[in-house]
Order: sequence, then structure tokens, then C-alpha cells
Amino acid sequence: MSGDFPAALILIAGGLLIPLTRGRLRAAYMLSLPIAVFAYLLALPHGEYGQVHLLGQTLVLMRVDRLSLLFGYVFLIAALLNVIYALHVEDTVQHVATFIYAGSTLGAVFAGDLLTLFVYWELTAVSSVVLIWARRTEHARRAGMRYVLIQLLSGMFLLAGAVSHWQATGSLAFGQIGLSGLAGVLILVAFGIKCCFPLLHNWLQDAYPEATVTGTVVLSAFTTKLGIYALARGFPGTESLIWIGAIMTAFPIFYAVIENDLRRVLAYSMNNQLGFMVVGIGIGTELALNGAVAHAFADILFKALLFMSMGAVLLRTGTVKGTDLGGLYKSMPWTAGFCIVGAASISAFPLFSGFVTKSMIMAATAEEGHVFTWLVLLFASAGVFHHAGIKIPYFAFFAHDSGIRCKEAPFNMLVAMAATALLCIGIGSFPALLYSILPHAVEYVPYTAAHVVDQLQLLIFSALAFSVLMRTGIYPPELKSVNLDFDWSYRRLGRRTVELLAHALSRLLDAFGAAAGVGSSRLVTALYRHHGPEGLLARTWPSGSMALWVMILLLAYLLFYYL
Amino acid sequence: MQGESKYWLDHSENVTRLYRGLWGLGLFLLIFDLLLHKHETPEFAAWFGFYAWFGFVACVALVLLAKEVLRRLVKRPEDYYER
Repeated sequence: MSGDFPAALILIAGGLLIPLTRGRLRAAYMLSLPIAVFAYLLALPHGEYGQVHLLGQTLVLMRVDRLSLLFGYVFLIAALLNVIYALHVEDTVQHVATFIYAGSTLGAVFAGDLLTLFVYWELTAVSSVVLIWARRTEHARRAGMRYVLIQLLSGMFLLAGAVSHWQATGSLAFGQIGLSGLAGVLILVAFGIKCCFPLLHNWLQDAYPEATVTGTVVLSAFTTKLGIYALARGFPGTESLIWIGAIMTAFPIFYAVIENDLRRVLAYSMNNQLGFMVVGIGIGTELALNGAVAHAFADILFKALLFMSMGAVLLRTGTVKGTDLGGLYKSMPWTAGFCIVGAASISAFPLFSGFVTKSMIMAATAEEGHVFTWLVLLFASAGVFHHAGIKIPYFAFFAHDSGIRCKEAPFNMLVAMAATALLCIGIGSFPALLYSILPHAVEYVPYTAAHVVDQLQLLIFSALAFSVLMRTGIYPPELKSVNLDFDWSYRRLGRRTVELLAHALSRLLDAFGAAAGVGSSRLVTALYRHHGPEGLLARTWPSGSMALWVMILLLAYLLFYYL
Repeated sequence: MQGESKYWLDHSENVTRLYRGLWGLGLFLLIFDLLLHKHETPEFAAWFGFYAWFGFVACVALVLLAKEVLRRLVKRPEDYYER
């Protein structure tokens, strides 16, 4: 079978036709699209298809290999789960945006050259922001604007890097890039924005919690993991990624502990999980790379599950603030159960997905002798259980009873959560299937007695720390607040700087205007004095005096002529 | 909430039971460190109860630093950016 037809176009064009459908037909249609593309991918042999010749370059629309297929599969699974989760949503715009967004992510994954990658890269930005704006609040409008500007900026870096790469190498092909020249740096920044490198990360925590109930779930799957894919393709073994990733695993968990908005807590914890993947890519051994992409695969699912459960809470109670919630397990027992499965998966409990994926990165880090990084990752592993594994389910569903009594999540949401939970447990309990589609052959064995005991000790004693801190009242209470992060630099500092500059400029213009006003009024007065009705030059002179002056001038001329 | 059936977790003595059970589980897991001959990388990870005390200390440190240092530095009123 030829793979010349870009898989992305099936989703994008298919998405554009959604407005023509209604009711059950629409549901069936939307469910069938990702399934159809999945079947298409299964039938594709490896190779480079859809080649287009442009500007002396060969653009490759469909590069099919193990790495692109793995991400293609998981993005389609995520798209299908998103469709199920959002079946009750009547806002057509969100459905269309979801399909264009998923399609363009798929297009970027299969892009074999930097130009195609750039086009899809930008399309993910403009299609995904619709899911934020669809919340239709002032907060969402502003957050969406900041989000899309930063995403488009990432695209600009990618374009500049691609052009520079073309000049340096004469080729636009997207393979190993490395950090050797200007092109490498520019492209790394572009990827780094999507991967949420430290200081480039804040669009994630700023925007995702402002999106719609279903939109946040969709957003959580694609953009950041596309960044991870691109990084794994272009920069495997780039050593600076090890410390960049280590910082990413550690600093967000401190924010997660004090954050009140539970969807924002999840955004911070996503940043932390991306850090693990970045470390794996930086180490760059077969085990580490396998771990990084396997963890991306698992993360898409368990993070979707956690966002789904919080979305259900938001839908039913109207809030996801830790301060306002508690005791919801009585009203939403199924949602609580699925949330706990997601929490166990992200925390890497044995039999859950994180256990078989994150540990590959940990093992590779230790094997390569990065002891300090390994300790940071271990700290982050304990921390992620603490803030995502315990805090999220605890403050939403347990803690003190908030008195909120609501309906259980809609049926379609429960189905989506159940399916996602099954996948999380399936991967964790039967890792062989996931291992068989990883880029490199897997020799790693996750289930050894020592590994299981080590991990359980880490987690149970982390839970004990939480319990002790809770029972002694040391654990910080949830507070209604905003926590300043790097976004302060553009939301406050940058804004204030612009306001100050604008103020200074307007004062300058005012002063200039005032000076010009005074000057011009003086000019007018002078003109008036000379040319006005009483002015010297406007007077009617007698012709006699005119003749006299002419005579004087002629005499003067005569005099000078003889001199 | 009147007339609503009480849930198992509504009774504080059950929460205490759960808490003690968790300690019991933790201590039970420590026994395995005596029984298993672990070959770990890095080597110090094979010390008795390494993962247990690391997890405990890491989480306490995390919470205290977040509460006492980070929150003091970065906490602002909810409408901070709207002002």
C-alpha cells in the first residue's frame, strides 16, 4: 500500500465536514475518523511517501518509521478518547478545532522535512487556541491571546532555524540536527517552547486551565508531546538536555504543592513529566530514548485521564479550586475511581503505566553515571506522587466534605475515562505490546522484585509524609491566590514597562505639541502683526511714496554702477 | 446533608485506622530490604530502606520549602493580574 496520501488531511478535511452532520450521525462520523486513520497507519509500510518537489528541495509529507508511527498511534488513540469524552458538547466549533488540531499534529509527526513541519507546527497553534477561546470568558480570551502569540513565536524560531539549516547544509530534511550551529540553537528554542523548557514553560500553566472542560483534555495530549517527538528526532544525545530536563522535573512540583486550581496543578505536573522525557532524550542511549518516547505515550493517556476527571468535576460543580471542593467521592464515585487510576499511573505504581515507562529513563540515567540527575529524578518521582498522585484526588474527592452534592459525570465522559483507565492499567500490567513498538529493541525488565519493592517503599513513605503533615496541620492549606511564575515577566513587568514607555512617549508628544502650539501661535501673531488688517505690509500705501521708493532704488543702483 | 447515610470515611476512627494501616504497610515493605539481595545502580540505593527514607524526607522537604519559601515569595491576591 502506498502512503502518498497524508494521514493529516483525513482528519483536517474530515473535521471541516463536521458542521454538515447532526446528532447520532455526527457522533458516528467523528468516532469513525480517527479509527479510519489508525487503520491506514497500520497498513503502511515504512518509507518516505508523498514527496513534493519545491524550490529544488524534496518535501516529504509522510515519513513512516518506528518513531513517527508510535506517536501517530498514540495521537490517534488520544483523538478517539477526546471525541468520546466530548460527545455531549454541542459547540461545533470545538469539534472542528479538535480535528484540525489533531490532524495538524499528526502532519507534523509524519513531516520528513522542516518546511512541512513548520506549516503543521503553526496550524497546531492556531487551531488549538480555539479550544481556549471557546470558553468565552475574558480570562480565556486573554490567556488564549498570550498562548497563541508564544506558540507562533515558536514557529518563527523554527522557520528561522530551518532557513539557516538550509543555508548551512543545503537540505531541508528533518533528521538529527544537534546543537552545532545557529540553526541548531534556533530550532532547539522552537522545540523548547513546545516542550516547556524552564522559562519557556509558562504558556502551559497559563493557558491550559483556562480552556473549556473538554478543550483542556484535548490540549494536554498534543502540543507538548509533539515537542517531545521533535526533540527526540532532532536532538537525541544532546547533553545540555539532561540538566534542562532535570530542572523541569524539579521546579514545577513546588508550584504544584501551593497551587489551588487543580487543573493548573496538573499543568505543573505535566511540566514535570516532560522533564523526565527531556532527560531521556538528552542521555540518548537506546534505553533512554525508548524510555522517553514510551513515557510520552503513557503520559498522554494518564494525563488525559486526570484532566478528564477534573473536567468532569468542573462540569458538575463549576469549579476546580481545591479550596471549594472536597468529599465529591460521595457524588461522583466513578470519576473518583478513574482519577485514582490516573494518579496511580502518573505516580508509577506497579501494574500502572508510569511504572514500566518512567523507570526506563531512571535506569538509563543511573547506568550512564548521572548520579546527581538520578537523585533529582527520584526526588521528582516522590514529588509527583505527592502533588498529582495524592493532592489531586484528595482535595477534589476526599479531604473535608465541602457539602457539594452533584450528579455523576455524563455517561460518555465515564466511558472515555474507563477506556483511558483500562489503557493505563493495560500498559502497566502488560508492557510487552508497548515495548514491541518502541524505536529500539527492548531488553529492559521492569518487574523485578527489587524494583517493585523500591518503588513501593518510595511511594508508601511519600504517602506517609503527606499523612503525617496533614495530621499535624503542617501541610499548607489550599489558599485562594495567584502564584507568580515566569509569566509575571510579561503579564506584569512587560505590561508595566510598555505602559510606562507609552506614558513617557505621550508626555513627550504632549510637550512637543505644547511647544509647537506656543511656537505656531507666536508665528501667527507675528504674521498677523505684519500682514493683518493693521499690519505694516498690509497697509495701503499712497502711490507717491511708491514712486519715491522706486526713485531711491534707481539712484542707489546708478551710484553703485559708477563705483 | 440531613438524612444522608454516613460513609465509612466519615468516621474519624476509620481514617485513623487507614493511617495506621499505611504505617504497617510501610514497615512491612522495609522487611524485604533484609530479605532481598539487591544489586542497584547507583550502589548506595541498596542501603537499607534507602527508597523509604528518601521518599519521606523528599516529600517533607518539598512541602516545607514550597510552604515556607516559595509561597512567601510568589503568593499574590487572586485578582493580581486584573488590577
